[in-house]
Amino acid sequence: MLNYALNRVLTLVPTLLAASFLVFMFIHLIPGDPASILLGDTATPEEVAELSRELGLDEPLWTQYALWLGNVLQGDLGTSVFFREPVLSVIADGAETSILLATMTMFWIVVFGVPIGIVSAVRHGSWVDQATSGGAMLFASVPTFWLGLYLILIFSVWLGWFPSSGFPSLADEGGVSNLRYLVLPSLTLAAPNAALIIRLIRASMLDVSREDHVRTARAKGLHPVRVAIKHIFRNALIAVSAAFGFTFAALVSEAVVTETVFSLPGIGRLVVQSILRRDYPVIQGVILIIVVFYMTINLLVDLAYASLDPRVSLK
Amino acid sequence: MALLDIRNLDLTIARGSELLPVVQGVSLAVEENETLGIVGESGCGKSLTALAVMGLLEGSAARIAGGSIHFQGRNLLALSPEERRRVMGDQMAMIFQEPMTSLNPVYRVGDQIKEAVLQHRSMSGRQAHDRALELLELVRIPDPARRIDSFPHQMSGGQRQRVMIAMALACDPKLLIADEPTTALDVTVQKEVLELVRSLQARTGMSIVLISHDLGVISETCDKVAVMYRGRIVEQASTSTLFSNMSHPYTLGLLGSIPATDHDVEWLDAIPGRVPTLDEAVPGCAFHPRCFAARGSCRTADPDAAAVSPAHIVRCHFPQGSSS
Repeated sequence: MLNYALNRVLTLVPTLLAASFLVFMFIHLIPGDPASILLGDTATPEEVAELSRELGLDEPLWTQYALWLGNVLQGDLGTSVFFREPVLSVIADGAETSILLATMTMFWIVVFGVPIGIVSAVRHGSWVDQATSGGAMLFASVPTFWLGLYLILIFSVWLGWFPSSGFPSLADEGGVSNLRYLVLPSLTLAAPNAALIIRLIRASMLDVSREDHVRTARAKGLHPVRVAIKHIFRNALIAVSAAFGFTFAALVSEAVVTETVFSLPGIGRLVVQSILRRDYPVIQGVILIIVVFYMTINLLVDLAYASLDPRVSLK
Repeated sequence: MALLDIRNLDLTIARGSELLPVVQGVSLAVEENETLGIVGESGCGKSLTALAVMGLLEGSAARIAGGSIHFQGRNLLALSPEERRRVMGDQMAMIFQEPMTSLNPVYRVGDQIKEAVLQHRSMSGRQAHDRALELLELVRIPDPARRIDSFPHQMSGGQRQRVMIAMALACDPKLLIADEPTTALDVTVQKEVLELVRSLQARTGMSIVLISHDLGVISETCDKVAVMYRGRIVEQASTSTLFSNMSHPYTLGLLGSIPATDHDVEWLDAIPGRVPTLDEAVPGCAFHPRCFAARGSCRTADPDAAAVSPAHIVRCHFPQGSSS
């Protein structure tokens, strides 16, 4: 297991190199440069050239990439052109919001998705199943910005239960109770994903319930609920675990729209704004970190797979 | 009183809005310590009959449309689901055709046997573990102390079927239903498993319903035999009577299609034609389109079950070996 994990971590290196190269080159394909955007419309070409030199943007692309890569290998992601701060600390500011948001979203997905998925599989064909399937289809197809705006309207404007925007850090005044700022955004983000998980659990459980070993379990005289959880759901979980992993990984990038609707200082919004500002070091840094995050989740999913299914051996 | 007494069992399958009969008027009795064989081609209703007795029709398309199933004097069809579950796996147990897929792949075999024990007996985990070990020894799994922690995929087909048998015997059932238990196994393993089942029966005194399409297996194992064709019993007798005096042309056809193992043959005498599908209506005797002896009334009238000798029942207008 440990050997396998180490091996997988080593294979991350070439993937990361390729990803960083692609990101670096693609950003520079976007027209416009940071110097002229920072200085505004009134800047003279001389001023722009001066700032470009200061930022190291006048060097050939290859040299820039080599310099950047050299620094990254030493743990230095560079300095934000816009914030004039180290990229790592800019990302760290957004990371708190994003990680808390993704975790809370996963919490809703599990709390709503798993039981509803199990119930609609056990009672497939009944009105309960039809209602949840219909609901799941609805939430899977509603755009998140629309759902987010309605949640704000109902729970912030009319009922006044939750704040509608922003997120002070847990370290600020209010402490853990500041999590209430994330309730509506996480619900918004959870809805379409929970809907997919419900449908996935339902479909995999129906598949498993047709297998011979489920008949064996019933022949032992087990209660149907025990058969459903211990024998059907446990086996369906093998297929569903991968979806959980990728959903979690995707939340960080999916959150862009939600973070915008709820004005959250998260990583998704940081990327979008950095692209508009041509803040190359931040974009490169964030994307590099998201790639690492995806690949880590991927590895964890594989490890989970092996622990859920004894037939899978890690080599 | 017979241990298991099935009377006029009817099973149907819903096809669109109509109900097609798949098992019609099946009556069978199994005494204590007796082995009943049910033989017939695929789709004749033998497995569905077994699932109906066990209470496992829920997973199939078939439903009970009539009749009764008495077990130890109680009508199983009148029990509540909970009372029914108390019988399943305890007084009555079942093993299946596919040992490769009949065990849950994610649990250790020992835990799966323990689950069967703990469902019906109140004992500690330690005691259940010891019982599982004892059962694995009973079904002659080599090195049971190590194998108890194996996963199903680490075992061969024959060993998995032994585990299935161990699981079925967990609570000392009075009746074991074995649905083609050796069909998926190779010939030498088949013999070992059948031998095991016979010796376990001698030891525990349980009754067995053995379902097979193989008359050879039936003749070696069973006290009496019921031959099924298209949802009905067409011939029923003690094994010795049946094999010395086969009366239904279908039974003769089944016997003729067993490959001889002592000499080479060019051709097997297969029964011509095929089993009519459920929605094909066959007037008269259901077997007449494939029957070498069919004539006159076979095409128009469905024969009743009649005794050709005491305890030898045949459903045929012209039983073979009789004077007509």
